[in-house]
Amino acid sequence: MKKLLGIFGLLLAVCLFATWASESFRSGYNVENLIRRTALFGVIGIGVTFVIVTGGIDLSIGSVICLVGCGLPWLLTVQHWSLPAALAAVIAVSVGIGLAHGLLITRLRLQPFIVTLCGLMLYRGITRGFTADQTVGFADGYKGLRLLATGKIPVPGIQGFEIPAPWAVLVVVAIAAAVFLNRTIYGRYLLALGNNENAARYSGIDTSRMIVLAYVLCSTLAGLGGVLFVLDVNSAQPVDFGNFYELYAIAAAVLGGCSLRGGEGSILGVIIGTALILVLRNVVTLVTNHSNIEFAIIGAVILAGVITDELVKRYAVRRRAARELNR
Amino acid sequence: MAEVLLEARSLTKSFPGVRALKGVSLTVGRGEVVAVIGENGAGKSTLMKILAGVQTADTGEILIDGQPAALASVEEALARGIALIHQELNLAQNLDVAANLFLGREPRRWGLIDRARLHREAGQFLRAVGLDVAPETRVGSLAIGQQQLVEIAKALSTQARVLIMDEPTSSLSAGEAENLFRVIQDLRSRGVSIVYISHRLGEVTRLADRVVVLRDGENSGELARHEISHASMVRLMVGRDLSQFYPHQPHVRPETVLEVEGLRTPAHPSHPLTFQVRAGERVGLAGLVGAGRTEVLLALFGVQPPVGGSVRIEGRSLQPTSPTEAIAAGLALVPEDRKREGVVLAMPVRENVSLASLRQDQRHGFRDAAREEALSAEMIQSLRIKTPGDRQVVQFLSGGNQQKVVIGKWLALKPKVLLLDEPTRGIDIGAKQEIYRLMEELAAQGVAILFASSEMEEILGMSDRVLVMHEGRINGELGRHQLSEEAIMHLATGTAPAASTHSSESHP
Repeated sequence: MKKLLGIFGLLLAVCLFATWASESFRSGYNVENLIRRTALFGVIGIGVTFVIVTGGIDLSIGSVICLVGCGLPWLLTVQHWSLPAALAAVIAVSVGIGLAHGLLITRLRLQPFIVTLCGLMLYRGITRGFTADQTVGFADGYKGLRLLATGKIPVPGIQGFEIPAPWAVLVVVAIAAAVFLNRTIYGRYLLALGNNENAARYSGIDTSRMIVLAYVLCSTLAGLGGVLFVLDVNSAQPVDFGNFYELYAIAAAVLGGCSLRGGEGSILGVIIGTALILVLRNVVTLVTNHSNIEFAIIGAVILAGVITDELVKRYAVRRRAARELNR
Repeated sequence: MAEVLLEARSLTKSFPGVRALKGVSLTVGRGEVVAVIGENGAGKSTLMKILAGVQTADTGEILIDGQPAALASVEEALARGIALIHQELNLAQNLDVAANLFLGREPRRWGLIDRARLHREAGQFLRAVGLDVAPETRVGSLAIGQQQLVEIAKALSTQARVLIMDEPTSSLSAGEAENLFRVIQDLRSRGVSIVYISHRLGEVTRLADRVVVLRDGENSGELARHEISHASMVRLMVGRDLSQFYPHQPHVRPETVLEVEGLRTPAHPSHPLTFQVRAGERVGLAGLVGAGRTEVLLALFGVQPPVGGSVRIEGRSLQPTSPTEAIAAGLALVPEDRKREGVVLAMPVRENVSLASLRQDQRHGFRDAAREEALSAEMIQSLRIKTPGDRQVVQFLSGGNQQKVVIGKWLALKPKVLLLDEPTRGIDIGAKQEIYRLMEELAAQGVAILFASSEMEEILGMSDRVLVMHEGRINGELGRHQLSEEAIMHLATGTAPAASTHSSESHP
């Protein structure tokens, strides 16, 4: 909880600084865009949280986004599939990818890093293959569907500001995820096995099945993210669509209180972490006019965050040891 | 006593949740064999690690030849002539004997290893410990007893004056142990001091010039050569007579709960095992390290599913292919490595206690939070788990209380068969007795108990019947009236069963 307040305080501080330093930051258009992007990245961040809680990692998220984000318009506009069929196909592929990752990791005992690193290369390569590297998009079609990503929901009583539609998706996903993680026995199983897989197994938990479930949730939410991202920007280039997005998602989860050693995770934390990363990115661009150093700034902030976290933890342990000694 | 070589005064050492040493003193004379004994958790290992520079004491001082010495690292301890031989040997299996002896101290010539000198000098030290192998032999190809002698030769090659041996015979055969005793007596006659840690009181009686007994992190007494006897050592170790320390009323009922027939474990598939445990019966599994005790428990519990044979619980057949199924059939396992397999260290007491019973208490997949809270409150009270509250993270509990959390997790499921692997390893004496009392209560309730233990006193004190294992086989069975350390060690080191009855029906 303290960690959440800390990261939320940091988010507020960066926002205040940006509001003071840049006029364009506080423009309605910019704020709305930031909120919309936070919702989109939040969905994939929640997905990777499940995997990180088990102590695993998923590096293939960006490529799944590419596969789904390019595949959906490709099926619709190039292959002329019906909308329900195309949506069903891309979601089925996402679920299947997660299932494959999970089974390779639990049955063959391959390392998550390797499995999903191969996934990262595979899915982008496949996408570039079937699209022949051509940009795909919806052009002027599918306006109704695109409202899911581009629509706005008016807030009664407040003039001139509307909530971007992806927030509705994020809120539904986040509540479902938080309830799953914190209120069901399966959420407890994930946290337990992330901390100590042996102890969980010795307690009668089918740890393999739970790990597979985590990878399925992650890839499915990555697929959902891919649909939303492409609906938002309308067209996608297979070469770089979704590139590096897994790293944003993982970084957001870590900032939001997940430990890459497993066993820790907070849905609210991931959303705040996502917002922080996107605001930082935005601030770098607006304030310095050097968007090319964006990665350096984000990297430095995350590094500072985890160092602080580790130092605070050590301090707490030392204080406890000192108390024990005096007892 | 001979001239004092090493002296430790009032050493204390605390770890989070435990005060391992509360002012322990020890003196070692030149050419003296001092045995340090005590139950698990008495502080022996901590004391040895401090003397060998692996850990440093919080307070207290160490004198060598009467001069204060700061042993802040293993290197410093070695430089002052103190070497520790760990229970688990630390040899590079892929290197030859000579390379292991001089690892990090290789004789060099123009920057390259001087192989001729290396092998020549290694040969001298191997002869000193009576090990008749060529210095070029790969360590991995040696028997465990021979590897142990390599460790001793290595210690001698550092000019060690004090050799600390931690449970040196725990994985040795009878013949190998005999040879080790000869080496120890030879070293003593050459003025090398030995600090000998062992659970085997028979060995201690035979070897020690003096016995130092630790209990619960304190010195509980010392015995000179003529005072050493089994009874006097046990009294100092447990602080009272054995019969009071190990509660034992007969609770054995006629009905058989666990029936194992021709069980083949993956580790020893060529030795089918057959045995039964009745309701209310406590059956001890004894044997040396590596005899296959843990493997039996892991096979029954489905962690390492058996490759053959049949298991029946109250007459109902069980195919243990995973812990999930074993638990459903009424089995529970308190595993050997508490921190790795028993508890989830980073989770609170409440979540640990409920972990196994979440499934049966669920409501359509949702946790029953009220039931969870009630359960942990009940277990904290009935098992007397010492914790500030059920939100306390298990990591910060003492070993004994962690073990109670593991047991509490299983009691929630009301198991028919309780398997325990080294139930009191690394826990203090008070908690130990509480664990024994719990086993007694569960037996009284008719739970069938099968427990593996390396601690002789525990096996002797707690068992209605003992199965002694040797190299994957059950080498013999002893009823309570036949139990003695000698009888168990005979069977455990592979001697043919002598006074034991093989039938499981004919015990009291």
